Formats: sequence, structure tokens, C-alpha cells
Amino acid sequence: MRKLTIPLRRLACLLLAAGCLAASPAVTPVAALQPQAAQDEYVPLSEIPPGEQLPAQPLLFAAYGFVWVAVLVYVWLLWRRLGAVQRDLETLRHAPRE
Amino acid sequence: MLQRLFPLTIVLALAGFATAPFLIGAAPYESTMGLVQKIFYFHVPSALMMFAGAFTAGIAGARYLFTGAPRADRLSAAASELTVLFGLIVLVTGPLWARKAWGVWWDWDARLTSSLLVWLMFTACLIVRRYGGPGAGKLAAGVALFGAANVPFVYLSVNYWRTLHPKTTVVPSLGPGMREPFWFCLAAFLMLFLTLLAVRTRVGELEALADDLALERDVVREH
Amino acid sequence: MFARTVWAVFRKDVVIELRSRETLATTLFFALSAVLVFAFAFVRDGRAVADAAAGILWIAIAFAGTLALGRVFERERYEDAMRALLMAPAPRAAIYVGKLAGIVALLAAAEALLVPLVALLFDAGVMFARPLLLVAILAAGTIGFAAVGTLFAAMLVRARSRDVLLPVLLYPITIPVIIAGVRATAALARPVPDEPMAVFWLMLLVFFDAVFLVLALWTFEPLMAD
Repeated sequence: MRKLTIPLRRLACLLLAAGCLAASPAVTPVAALQPQAAQDEYVPLSEIPPGEQLPAQPLLFAAYGFVWVAVLVYVWLLWRRLGAVQRDLETLRHAPRE
Repeated sequence: MLQRLFPLTIVLALAGFATAPFLIGAAPYESTMGLVQKIFYFHVPSALMMFAGAFTAGIAGARYLFTGAPRADRLSAAASELTVLFGLIVLVTGPLWARKAWGVWWDWDARLTSSLLVWLMFTACLIVRRYGGPGAGKLAAGVALFGAANVPFVYLSVNYWRTLHPKTTVVPSLGPGMREPFWFCLAAFLMLFLTLLAVRTRVGELEALADDLALERDVVREH
Repeated sequence: MFARTVWAVFRKDVVIELRSRETLATTLFFALSAVLVFAFAFVRDGRAVADAAAGILWIAIAFAGTLALGRVFERERYEDAMRALLMAPAPRAAIYVGKLAGIVALLAAAEALLVPLVALLFDAGVMFARPLLLVAILAAGTIGFAAVGTLFAAMLVRARSRDVLLPVLLYPITIPVIIAGVRATAALARPVPDEPMAVFWLMLLVFFDAVFLVLALWTFEPLMAD
């Protein structure tokens, strides 16, 4: 595992993205392909294994992961709200009317 | 209308979001930004949905103010919520992209700043709805209308403010191979937007119905 | 009828203010304190950083304006004065314009002291070289801020937690006014004033004023209806 040297933050991003990885298999096999120059990352040289690129991948996965998480959380909240209001309606409809 | 289309939009949205990762994965890499540019395919459609939500909320708000139709109020509330949701997506995916492309998490660039402001306006709208007390619906409708009317001003002023101090940012140009996944994702986001809008207005409708029923019961009990 | 109502509402506010001077005094003092606070942030080695004067001036105006708006409409809550005002057989839009005129007059009075003071403290006296342009920018900016602010403050009179909600609503929406005001004033306050730039931002301010005044007049009636 080369990821042992990757800082915690990036690991967290990776973890966040991990769930979405399963859903998006096509995005995974791109790690080795990017022709990127390391111009805007201030990581000491010793931390980058030979041939290693700037970690665009965690950023990308974090971004897509966040989209999925945000939408799913919103859907879940809507779902709960819908369930609550439907329960309310049921109890109200069956409430005895004096 | 929106709710009648719901079965169609949800199927299209699900199909779109299931297919999108494959299309995005197959899309070519952008020459200067490489892999990270692929955030684009979800980032830009989210931004467009944010603006769609803002204008929907504004127009529905105006309709509510002048006709008093509760449906327009619920549509405005739903659209403001979606504006905040998609705005949040834009504001989180944007810095992740910027970190790699520009080397900073945030840049006071015209587009970033105006997106943040639009997001703030509609968050304020939700805050009013939540904490404004009785009659907050009207207030929120007014805020949504003013917020939507303000979008061009925000964009204009922020744009000129920044162009006084220009900064070179890489604006992606869409070649073949990138164009198709982008339009596909845009369509998928539009379907998601319509689906969520339909569900959210339905929730609002049911809540209004439950309120009416509860009120009716209380009135019956009092007599 | 319209003009008479505007005058009546405006005169009422001015008379109340002249008798107590409460809002003007507190607003001015608050603006001065804000300027002082910003001085600590934007003065390096005894000199203000570039364009600081314009920014500090407009932030002080925005803060003071929010305070004044809250105060002026808080007064209308006593004895349900706002309801009585709205029940008067007069066009609602005229009531809005009257209140707006009152706020603008109040802020103008505050600015009359604030602008020279900021210019003096932050070494921006050069902006008085074009007094007409400066007054036009201040007027357009203040009207734009007050046009939105008056409407929202009036709307919030009946809302819960209105003290917090007013700035929450007002600042994001008036950001274009603040940007245009700051940039226009900064262009005038440069060692070599940039007049075309100031005129450009002034035009944007006027355009903003026109759109938001029309919108406010258009929506005041339904917004204030019970």
C-alpha cells in the first residue's frame, strides 16, 4: 500500500469517496493516466513516492462523493418528513370526531 | 403538472445518475488540468440547477404575493430549498477543483463570489421561513423575489469588481468527447431537480393538509 | 394625494427624530465605533492600506443603516402604530416612499459627519475634489441600500426574531450596492482619481436603485397585506 504516506486529510477524503466508488466503477482505473505537473502542491519532496502524481484523485472522489452524499441526505430528510406527515394524516383521519 | 411528470422524471434521473459515472469515466482528460477537471460534469450542472431554483423560487414567490395561491408558496419554498442544496454542492465541489487547478481552496473570482452570494440569499430565505413565525411565508416569498431579481446585479457587480484585477483561470472549452457527457449530466441533474421539486411540493401539500385537519379537529372539539 | 401622504409620513418621522434625536445619536455613535474597529484592522505603520477609506466608509454606512432601520421600525410597533399607518386611507406605496425618505434623510445626516471624518482619518481628502460626483455616489448608494432595507424592515415588523433577521436578509441582497459604492468611492479617493470608473459604478448604482425601487413599490402592497 503506497497510501501509507498520504496525509490524514486526504485519507479522509478517500474514505468519504470510498462508498461512491462502488457506484462509479468507470472512474477508478485512471490513477496512472494523468499527465500532471506538481506545480501547486506544497508537499515536501520526500513525501511523494517516485512517479507519484498530485493527488487529483482524492479531490475528484471527494467531490463526487459529496454530491452523492448531499443528494442522498436531502432525499433521506424528505423521506422522513414525508413519513412523519403521513403518520400525522393517518392519526388525524382516524381521530374520533365528537 | 410537476407531480404528474414525477414517475417519468424519477426514472430518468435514476437512469441518468446510474449511467453518468461511466460516461464521465470514458470522457477524455482536459489537457492542462487533467483528471480533476472531471468535477466539471457534476459541478456546472449543479450551478445551473442552483440558478434554475433561484428563478423558480422568485417567480413562484411573486405569484404567491399577488395571487395568494398556497401552491405557489409551496413551490417557492421547495425551489429555495433546492437552490440551497445545489448551491452547497457547487460551493463544495468548486474548492475541491480549485485546490488542484489553481492551487488554492478559494479564490475571490467572479463566479465563486456570485455563487456564494446567491447561496447566501436563499439560505437567508430559508432562515426566514424557519424562524420568521406567523406570516413568514409572505416574507420568504418577498425575499425569494428580491433574491432572484438580484442575481443579475450580483453577477454584474462581482464580475466588474474582479475584472479590474484580472486573474488567469483556466476556463474549460468543450471539445467532442467532453460535450456529450456534459449535456447528459445536465439532463440528469434537471431530472433530479424536477423530481426533488415534485416530492418537496408534495410534502408541503400534505403538511398543509395535516395542519388544516388538525385545526378542524380543534375547532370541532371546542364546540 | 400620493405626494401629500409621502410628505405626511416623512414629516412625522422627521419631527419624532428632531424631538428625541435618539436614532441619529445612537446611529452616529455606532458608526464611529465601527470606524474605530476597522482602523485597527486596516492601518499599518500609521497609514491606512490602499482603498481602506472607501471600504470602511461603506461598511459603516451599512452597519449604521441596519441599526437605524431597526430602530425606526421598532418605533412603529408601539401601540400598533404600523397597523394604524397601513389602515389609513392612503396609497400604501406612498407610505413606503415616506418611510424611505425618512431613512434616507437620517442616513444623509449621519453621512454628512461620517464622510469628512473618514476622509480625514484615512487620508482620503482627495475625493472632495469632485463634490458633485461624490454626493451622487453617496446618494445613489444610500437610496439603494435604504430602498431594500425599508421594505424588509417593514415586512419584519410583525415577524419573530426580527432583530437578527434584518441583517441576515439585508446584507446578501445589498452586496451589489456595497461593491459599487466601495469601488466608486475608492476610484475617487485614489491619489489620481479615476473619474470614468467612478461614473461607471455610479451608473450601476442608479440602475440598481431603479430596479429595486420599482420592485419594492410593486410588492409593498401585497407584502404588507394581512
